[in-house]
This record gives sequence, C-alpha cells and structure tokens, in this order.
Amino acid sequence: MLERIFVLPSQQRNVTMASKNGTLPPKHVYRGDPLAEPPPPELAAILAPHRGEPDALITALEEIQRHYGYLGKNHLQYVARELGFPLARVFGVATFYNLFRFAPPGKYQVRVCRGTACHVNHSDEILHALSDHLGVGVDETTPDNRFTLQVVACMGACSLAPVVVVNEETLGRMTADKAWAALEHLGEEGEDA
Amino acid sequence: MKTVIRVGMSTCGLAAGAQATYRALAAAIHSRGLPVTLQATGCVGACHREPLVEVAQNGASILYGPVTPAEVNALLDLHFGAATPSPASDWLVSRHADRRDYPFLGKQVKVTTQLCGVIDPHSLDDYLAHDGYQALRQALTMTPGQVIQAVKDARLRGRGGAGFPTGVKWEIGHRQPGARKFLICNADEGDPGAFMDRTMIEGDPHRLLEGMLIAAHAIGASRGYIYIRAEYPLAVKALHEAIDQGRRYGVIGQNILGSGLDFDFVIKEGAGAFVCGEETALMRSIEGFRGMPTMRPPYPSEHGLWGAPTNINNVETYASVPSILLNGPGWYSGMGTARSGGTKAFALAGAIQNSGLVEIPIGLTLREMIYDIGGGCRDGKAFKAVQLGGPSGGCIPAELLDTRIDYEDLRATGAIMGSGGMIVADETTCMVDIARYFLTFTQDESCGKCIPCRVGTRKLLNTLTAITQGRATQADVDKLAGLCNTIHKASLCGLGQTAPNPVLTTMRYFGHEYRAHVEEHVCPAGSCTFNGNTIDRG
Ligand SMILES: Cc1cc2nc3c(=O)[nH]c(=O)nc-3n(C[C@H](O)[C@H](O)[C@H](O)COP(=O)(O)O)c2cc1C
Ligand code: FES
Repeated sequence: MLERIFVLPSQQRNVTMASKNGTLPPKHVYRGDPLAEPPPPELAAILAPHRGEPDALITALEEIQRHYGYLGKNHLQYVARELGFPLARVFGVATFYNLFRFAPPGKYQVRVCRGTACHVNHSDEILHALSDHLGVGVDETTPDNRFTLQVVACMGACSLAPVVVVNEETLGRMTADKAWAALEHLGEEGEDA
Repeated sequence: MKTVIRVGMSTCGLAAGAQATYRALAAAIHSRGLPVTLQATGCVGACHREPLVEVAQNGASILYGPVTPAEVNALLDLHFGAATPSPASDWLVSRHADRRDYPFLGKQVKVTTQLCGVIDPHSLDDYLAHDGYQALRQALTMTPGQVIQAVKDARLRGRGGAGFPTGVKWEIGHRQPGARKFLICNADEGDPGAFMDRTMIEGDPHRLLEGMLIAAHAIGASRGYIYIRAEYPLAVKALHEAIDQGRRYGVIGQNILGSGLDFDFVIKEGAGAFVCGEETALMRSIEGFRGMPTMRPPYPSEHGLWGAPTNINNVETYASVPSILLNGPGWYSGMGTARSGGTKAFALAGAIQNSGLVEIPIGLTLREMIYDIGGGCRDGKAFKAVQLGGPSGGCIPAELLDTRIDYEDLRATGAIMGSGGMIVADETTCMVDIARYFLTFTQDESCGKCIPCRVGTRKLLNTLTAITQGRATQADVDKLAGLCNTIHKASLCGLGQTAPNPVLTTMRYFGHEYRAHVEEHVCPAGSCTFNGNTIDRG
C-alpha cells in the first residue's frame, strides 16, 4: 500500500528544493492528485505549530497517529508537503520506528508485553491464547474491527509481570484466562467503550 | 493533626488496581466525614504488595498492601473505629516509619528515589517542603568549577550503563567553547524489564529537572532535551506538568532565581526503537531522523546535537546530583566502593518473591539483593540465574552470588552493571531460551547500518533457535563463540558490540544446558519442545 506513495515525483522534487532553501514550500497545485486539496482542518491544526521546525518530523507523526490512530498515505504526503521534508525521509522515518502503524487499528488495541520480566513469567502463553481466541496474529485486526493484537517491548510495569495493556489500561499479574476474561465482552452490544 | 492517607498511583500501582482502591477510599472518607487528606503519590518501590496504602497519623506511619476496594472499610475501621488499631491481617506491610520491620524497604538506602511514594508528584509545594530546589540555589552560589569538583569528589558515575565518571564528562562539556550547548537526559529506558527511570519520573519529576538545571549551570548549557519513551504516558505527563510549575516558580526560563542563568526544557517522545537509547542514535532521533548510530569519536560532549557540544546523561545520574550538593560529596562517596560512589537503583523483577524498585549502596552483594531484599524466588522454586543489563548484559549463576554490585566486579563475570534491570530466573527458565529471547530482541532492534550486527545477530538467533528446537549439533554450538567475537569486535555501536553478552555468559555458566539440548535433545528446564514446530514467539 505504501509503495504507491512514491509515485509523486513532481511533488517530491519541489518539496526537496524548498527544504534545502530552508524556506517553506510554495503552494503548488497538483492537478489530479489528492493533495490539490489543503489538508483537512484537523490535520492542518496538528501541523501548523511545527512549520519551520527542523526537528518536528517525529513529533508531528506521533501527534497524527494519536489523533487518527494510524498514519495513512495521505497523512504522510501532507506532512511532507506542509512541513517541507522530502517524502522519502518522511516514509523512512515512519517505517523505522516501531510505534507507527499504517492501518487503522481496531477499537481495542491489545498489547501483550514481551519484555524480559514478562517473558520469564510466560507471557508467550498469554499471547498464544489471545491469538487463538481472537483468531488473528500479531499486528492483525479482527474482521469485526474490535481488536488489534500487538506486542510491546516493555511497559515499565515489570514488577506486575506478565502485563497486558488494553488501550490505555495496564493490566498486571495476568494469566491467559484472566486476560481473555478481561477482553471477551469488550465492545459487545450494550457495552460502552 | 490531620491524618494523611497516601495511595501509590504510578503505572505499577494502577496496573494492580490502585485507581479502584483510591476511589473506594475517597468515597468512604467522604461518607464517614473523616478528617483525612487523601493523596495520590508515586511508588515506594514495593510493587509486589500493590495497591499500597500508607496511613500517616499522630506521627506514626503504617503501610498496607495489597489493599483492595473491599478492604478499604476494614482499614479505616482500624484507624477511626472504636477499637484500637491491631492490624494483624496479612496486608500489613510495615508499622515503622523507617520500614525496618520490612526488609525489602528497610534494607534500602534511598537517594534518587527518596521521595517516590512520599510526596504528591503533581505538587511543587510538596517538593519544596522536602528541600526542593535548595541544591539549585546552592549551586548558583558556586562556580561551575566548584560544582564539577563536587560531582567528581562524589565519585558519581553514569547510571545509564557504561559508568563513565560524570564529573569528568561535565568538565569536558564545560571546557567546550561557544555559547550554544545542549543537555540531553536519556530517559529512553530501552532495556525490556527495567523501570527505574519511569518510577523516578512518575514519583518525583522535579528532582530530575533540578539535577539538569545544576548541570546547565556547571556546563553552560541553555537548553535541555528529555528523550523519553512514548510507552510511559504518565511519566511524560508528570514532566510536562513539572516543567510548567517550574517556569511559574522561576527555576526554568530566563534569569533563573536572579542568577543570570537561562535554561529551558524540551520533551521529546521516543517512538519505540531500542537503538535510540544509544547516545548518537538518540541525537539523530531528536533531530528528527531515523535513529542510526554514528562512529565515536567525535563524542557528543564535543560534537553533539546539530554539531553543538552536548552533555548526555541518564535520568538517575542527573537525579543524584541535588543530594550530592545538599549532603556533601563525602557523604555520597562514603556509601559506595573505592571506585564508585553512592547508590544505584535496580528494577528487581522476574521470578522473584519481592519485585519492585530497589535502591542500594553500590557494593552490596547480589546475594543480599536477591535473598535479603528480594526474598528469594517465588513459589519456593530454586534460583537459577540473575540477568543484569538486559540485552547488553549477562546471566550470573548461583555460584557467583557473592559478587559485589559494582561496575568492575560485575564486568568480571561477563555481565554488566547496566542501567538497573535485574531479572531473576528460576529453575523453570531455560538458559538457552533466555539467550535466544535476547537475540530475538537485538536482531529485531538492530538498525541495520552495519553488517556484523545486522547479519551476525540473525545468524546467532538462527543457531540458538535451532538449539532450542533440537535441530543443532555440538559443532553449531562450537561456532557460536567465534561468531560472538566477530560481532563484538566489528559492530559500529554498543548495541551490536554487546549483543553477544547474553550468549557468552549463558554458554560460560550453563554450558551443560546447551549440551543437553544438542546431545540428548532434552531441555533441563523443561521449557523447550522438540517436536520441530515450536512456535515463533515474536
Ligand atoms: C543499544 C544501547 C542502548 C542504550 N540504552 C540506554 C538507555 O535506555 N538509557 C540510558 O540512560 N542509556 C542507554 N545507553 C547508554 C547511552 O548511550 C549513554 O551512554 C548514556 O545515556 C550516558 O549517560 P550516563 O553517563 O549518565 O550513563 C544505551 C547504549 C546502547 C549502546
Ligand atoms: S517486561 Fe513486561 S512490563 Fe516490563
């Protein structure tokens, strides 16, 4: 999906030149490409404070992901154009860091910790049990868009290992059964997120 | 006097359910109309007993845990009921203010974590009431040279892993010409299984800021970056809040406390890359690039962020400085060994009875740490090894438990002091699998820039996986040592150079487990399966 990002040579050239000059990119109109539109207001609001900041790229991507839940192709293109970074660099940075994801996550992001403390407390068994119950692998989302299963390197709650994090909530001293019990009925009818 | 009830609400407390306990306490105090101040604090470190509740009443302080919402009323009855307090229940942790009756806490010497779990981390007034920013005031009356000398005399060494003398680093920074200098605080805490920095920042964020401000004065820096993992949202929030408070109070910004010092902070959230804990990669990441390490020299002290001299230290290193100035370098160095002064915090976790944050004087033995403080292995299992330093460190077996916790002594075992991760493994942990686990991690986190690390860690991992699946021979095991040597010698940065450590130490101390896997196709710990379709554990 993301390879298609590179099919924008005209834009890339302009943006690169602009950033080399250290000035903001001129407002180009790309006929027939989605970026002919200005960024949607929410995205524009995220990007505005970062204009002209040479070190803003990662922060901007983090804020976009926090808002939208993922980084879409358009988001990356807009970041490149609005902040004046080469698209290749935006893409390179976004794919380097583990935090960034490029598809919308399910309603509940389930992160099983695979840090050392959780490993010696057998968090792999929890991962396998949840994977079986949900019928998806790591970094996959259930067809009903309820759950995305992920692993994380450590949440810093190692003393309560093994740890599972559901959206923002950290659950300590988990077992495969307790973890599934905590998830099973989330987001079902009548349940409120 | 009003009674104060404190609930530990750090990430670990919340994971154990402290939020519900806090709400139940608030409701019960309200409905009974009790004269109680309820406070949310950081973590005192006894995470294994969380949710922890401290009741400070009439000059006494009693610590309870775990306290579930259902037990809240019984707890309040003890202190406000008709009966005299006689908490015989199994949730009494300690009834003495110095915690001498609970060895896990009583045997520790807390310096950087002294206020964690004691003060409300959201309150600047609380910090000020405990000598907050007094060390900064004192430093501003001293010359930079005097501050640096004090840090040198304290024999403070970098707590991020390598143990470089902090005073020497600051002196190099101070000597650099030019007015454009930066400080960086490394709060990336990438070792999976470590949580010292998180606990400190969540529990007492101003101490880190104060330490950095003192460093700014000593070095002559004008801006400080705190690079912190995005996995620590509470700590990030605590820092933002503390910086705002500090600005209003006048210790951050222009002309700090009327001294002429200008200094401000920028918080940069990491985006989940272990290699970004390495200082040159970290700087690339702050600049907004992929976190790829570069060759040293030049060292950051001379040529760092955007080419300017940059002093980079770990959270704990900076946080040690205020106490050094207040109590004197002699007090600090007196606590350590001949070569390293002071205390070090460890995140004790794994198969240990009492897991949590532990701060001890450098020079204590591993045995004291694991048995006196940690209470030995959980569920009566036998101790097998302790892992220090995470993916860069090594496993130390039971025979070497009398080793002192000191940079040089630990290095002699093949492990390292590391940043403070200390994971205990019991008899059910396979040591080949532990090595394989760490290599899965380093192989995944290798940035790919240099070949020895990128290809070498993959080869190591393949062999280790084959051993744990019973597909390897003794010849494969024999090749590991040479491969480790190549990776160690030829890699560009610390990630690759230290990646073989988990393999080398397990081969050295647990060679019999490797042999059992390849010769007899059995896993002595009973954790590997040999039917050829073991699952890839990501
Ligand atoms: C792969 C790798 C990861 C590292 N991770 C960290 C880390 O998470 N935290 C840290 O403080 N230092 C880490 N370091 C060490 C830093 O490069 C640096 O030495 C340290 O931050 C210096 O601070 P200190 O002198 O106060 O220890 C890491 C080094 C390497 C090679
Ligand atoms: S190892 Fe799982 S939270 Fe740290």
